[in-house]
Amino acid sequence: MADSYVPFRGKFVPPPEGVDPEEHIAVQKLRAQMPEAIEEVSSFRDQVTVRLYKEYLVEACLFLRDTPGLDFDFLTDLTAVDYPSRAKRFDVVTHLYSMTQNHLLRVKVAVAENESLPTISTIWKAANWEEREAFDMFGIVFDGHPDLRRILLPEDWEGFPLRKDYPLAGYGTYTS
Amino acid sequence: MAIEERNIDPESGERTDEAPVSHAVVQTGIGPSNNLVPKTDEMMLNMGPQHPSTHGVLRVLLELDGEVVRKAIPDLGYLHRGVEKLGEYRMYNQFVPWTDRTDYVAAFTGNLAFVQAVEKLMGLEIPERALYLRVIFSELQRLASHLLWLGTHVMDLGAITVFLYSMREREAILDLLEMQTGARLTLNAQRVGGFPKDIPPGFLEKLEAFLAIMPGRLTEYDMLLAENPIFLRRVKGVGVMSAEDAIQWGATGPTLRGSGVAYDVRKAVPYAAYDRLDFEVPIGTHGDVYDRFLVRMEEMRQSLKLIRQAVDQLPGGPVMTGDIRVALPGKEATMTSIEAMQRHFILVIHGFRAPIGEYYSAVESPKGELGWYIVSTGENHAYRARNRAPSFVNLQALPLMCEGGMVSDVIANIGSIDIVLGEVDR
Repeated sequence: MADSYVPFRGKFVPPPEGVDPEEHIAVQKLRAQMPEAIEEVSSFRDQVTVRLYKEYLVEACLFLRDTPGLDFDFLTDLTAVDYPSRAKRFDVVTHLYSMTQNHLLRVKVAVAENESLPTISTIWKAANWEEREAFDMFGIVFDGHPDLRRILLPEDWEGFPLRKDYPLAGYGTYTS
Repeated sequence: MAIEERNIDPESGERTDEAPVSHAVVQTGIGPSNNLVPKTDEMMLNMGPQHPSTHGVLRVLLELDGEVVRKAIPDLGYLHRGVEKLGEYRMYNQFVPWTDRTDYVAAFTGNLAFVQAVEKLMGLEIPERALYLRVIFSELQRLASHLLWLGTHVMDLGAITVFLYSMREREAILDLLEMQTGARLTLNAQRVGGFPKDIPPGFLEKLEAFLAIMPGRLTEYDMLLAENPIFLRRVKGVGVMSAEDAIQWGATGPTLRGSGVAYDVRKAVPYAAYDRLDFEVPIGTHGDVYDRFLVRMEEMRQSLKLIRQAVDQLPGGPVMTGDIRVALPGKEATMTSIEAMQRHFILVIHGFRAPIGEYYSAVESPKGELGWYIVSTGENHAYRARNRAPSFVNLQALPLMCEGGMVSDVIANIGSIDIVLGEVDR
């Protein structure tokens, strides 16, 4: 009786397999041109992530934008992710897209809490407000940004809401 | 003496930037020093946040030189609700209603963008019928959003009649959406994996009736506007943005296509059933307000074409995926099998877990590329839910369009970007 009983349970889900990140044309060209800039490459499903060292960020971004065949002329999105347990707690995540080549690349840079990183709003102007938002929500400072102020929150707001240690209801409410 | 004459150096004949020295002040020594004398022809003007033409709580700080805008500084955040923070605390299906409230005039595409990002993160297969229904509802929502834009944008420019007509047609679309979801604005129409229920009986007939009248109504708007000299004077050559600038500033949607760049997520990275449907992406040539107007008007015709094809090709079958990671077992199974009932409770109370990973997925919302970047650490909620809001990014181009133009053109420019403040501020 026990053998014939089949419980109602989810089917086994294999871990997702990504594409080989080394096959992405941007990774190949970056590896050839400036191998020292790449910390690691990874992929999830069909999307490829390149983790760069902070020192090479601007140089690598200019390379990605201006190299024929890559032509990342469009900054889709720039944001950050907070991992409080890591030594460098913030990942600044940039999604780059090429209008002409129709490919996407995710670029990550790790930044510690008291560190700053160079702005890329000089390369793609679209990064201007996106970096302001990352500063507003995470307190990440972008060196050389033309107008680094809070954008969504009031100027006198305390704390950075999208950090993981910031409570959902905020400070000063009945929950805290 | 006229202001212009006073500011001209009598010897060199060049215009001086300093304000003229008042002799009375110099002689008595009373009154402000020379550098504190205000320039009489410059002025800071606060436009908004309570201004009907900013389409919500947008504040634009304008530095005016007479009627000419020298500088425009948008000030955002009056409607900030921390949607991204909430996305880190709500289970995936719990968060779908929040996506209604970002772009609240196009809730369906907001739902679709989030739901699709989670589906791609999880690697779910979505049934064909759901994909075609997504096209139908997305395009209906695009029509509704563009009709609201048309009415308000043109009303800002002084043509009040069109608003009444476009709201009439929008009403018909909202009725259709209400038939499916029970709501008119905040639809909550989708779940991860498809639709919670199929279209109701009578929906397709009503849709057919709408499709029959709508092309004629679009012609009606053209008759009201296309040869209206006042309207044309307000929009032609105003707020010009080149293709290079538009790409640099990250503009998407009709704001980008008005400048002549044929980038459309539906063509570039096809989702739902768009790769199987035939439609064109209209683009402008000059990049002014008029081109963005024409692009949206043509998009409405393309939307009708897409709905027509999707209805004709609409396959049968389920509208929800059969993958039991996300799908509820169904009423009958829940009522006859204890395991199915447990499964139902677990899905409702604890939700489902997404694999560890990250995915960025976008849809073409009426405003532009609406993307969600979801980072999962294997929990039943996102570790980070990032909304790439097209209105927010497109609004960056507002100073570029306004500076050097007239103050009345600011209103035309804001209307032509078609922002929704719920999405700008999130």
